[in-house]
Amino acid sequence: MDSSSVKKKSHVSIDKLCKSFNGETLYKDFNLQIPRGHIISIFGPNGCGKSTLINMISGLTEFDSGQVLFDGKTLAQTKIGYVFQNYRDALFPWMSSWNNIAYPLKRMGIPPQKVKQRVESLVELFEIKFSLSLYPYELSGGQQQTISIMRALATRPEVLFLDEPFSALDFEMTLFIREKLQEANLRTEVTMLIVSHDLEDAVFLADQILLLTRRPTKISALLDFDLPRPRRADSVSDPIFIATKRQALEIFQKEMQS
Amino acid sequence: MNRIRSFHRFLPLIGPVLLYLAWSTAVSAKWVSPTLLPSPHTTLAYTVQVFTTGVIWGDLYSTVQRTIYAFLWASVIGVPCGVILGSSPPIYRSLEFLIDFFRSTPSSALIPLFMLIFGITDLNKIAIASFAAVLVIVFNSAYGVMNAKKTRVMAAKTMGVSQFHIFKDVLLMESLPQTFIGLRTGISLALVIVIVAEMFIGSESGLGHRIIDAQQVFNIKDMYSSILITGALGYILNLLFMIIESRVVHWGDKV
Repeated sequence: MDSSSVKKKSHVSIDKLCKSFNGETLYKDFNLQIPRGHIISIFGPNGCGKSTLINMISGLTEFDSGQVLFDGKTLAQTKIGYVFQNYRDALFPWMSSWNNIAYPLKRMGIPPQKVKQRVESLVELFEIKFSLSLYPYELSGGQQQTISIMRALATRPEVLFLDEPFSALDFEMTLFIREKLQEANLRTEVTMLIVSHDLEDAVFLADQILLLTRRPTKISALLDFDLPRPRRADSVSDPIFIATKRQALEIFQKEMQS
Repeated sequence: MNRIRSFHRFLPLIGPVLLYLAWSTAVSAKWVSPTLLPSPHTTLAYTVQVFTTGVIWGDLYSTVQRTIYAFLWASVIGVPCGVILGSSPPIYRSLEFLIDFFRSTPSSALIPLFMLIFGITDLNKIAIASFAAVLVIVFNSAYGVMNAKKTRVMAAKTMGVSQFHIFKDVLLMESLPQTFIGLRTGISLALVIVIVAEMFIGSESGLGHRIIDAQQVFNIKDMYSSILITGALGYILNLLFMIIESRVVHWGDKV
């Protein structure tokens, strides 16, 4: 049984989304359905509004018209997590790493004992071997991004948004975090939207690769990629992986030439 | 290697030693009339003496007390006002001109005005020093809030944290490094104005009063030693603040 090939019920529904910046249309009547538990990678030319798309869905950027629903619920009724590209500016440097992870839980009014359990389960999932009593600025870049992913997952969000989470990381850390995100997805069925500028990262984690056009931005293609999970570092040399990556590249290049 | 490192530890002493030598030479070579400048040795010995005999304590205490009162008033008013201004761009923009104008006006120019309002009292000295400090504190706190990293605010927003808690947990903390710069500048300014006020607003105590008195009666040694003590006081206040700052805003220069 390959569960990802079974057509799942739509989780995130984006309906007729419109957005313009300074009179220039960025999105017009943009529609997209994302199945529950899927990992969607968003890839497209520079300035096409990849980040704007996830920022609109996650409520960080307002849109002009249209609707975004999560299983029929509004954003306010839905728990989400967001991982920023720049972890240095996203973590709270006045709190220890442990308190950073626990912060959203504490603010939800969860009792200390439960908060502790939740943080411990994340520590186990992410195999944290450094001290969480350290402040974020005392950690390496990869460790900081790990903390910000743990913080984003702490509240058990339904949807996790990741804006270029690997762009400031070295290759070793990228491999580690890719693996951990995949594990988190398998364990918790969290739906993930990842913006990426690296095609290999984009394809590796994805159930579907969303390729965008230049502005006004439309869907150029939505490629399925159902290489069985868990995918390993050497999955990148799997023929299906190579074929999917090539196909995505061709679509992308055609878009650049048009 | 080790020798170089231990040598580097003494670098900060070179400046003061050079000053001491230059001062000494200027006096012994009679470049400056000894009636206008006592030797550094005499001045330092006299400084030690005013402490051991205790004659300085009253003045030192008065100046420190006035400076601290002025600074406390300025902080209690300045930090909340700054934070409110900083979190509301329309309010800030409407008051920006006034703040910048009075921040650019030397507060000492307002001493006569304050004398009209408060009379020749201790309260006057504290009020004018508070006024000088409060503007720089307001300005810095407001900037700290305005320049808060947007990403952190957005991060808190995606966690579903309430506006109030975003303000308290994120914006206020974000503004702390800049607020501390304001507080540190504020206490230095308060000391400057307290000294000036002690000199020119009828005063019976304080280091400023002591300096001007010594000058009037041509007690040169006492004048120089009081200047040195005032300088040391300013230096120590600044140093104390830096220590508190590095404890409280431990992340300040690391992010």
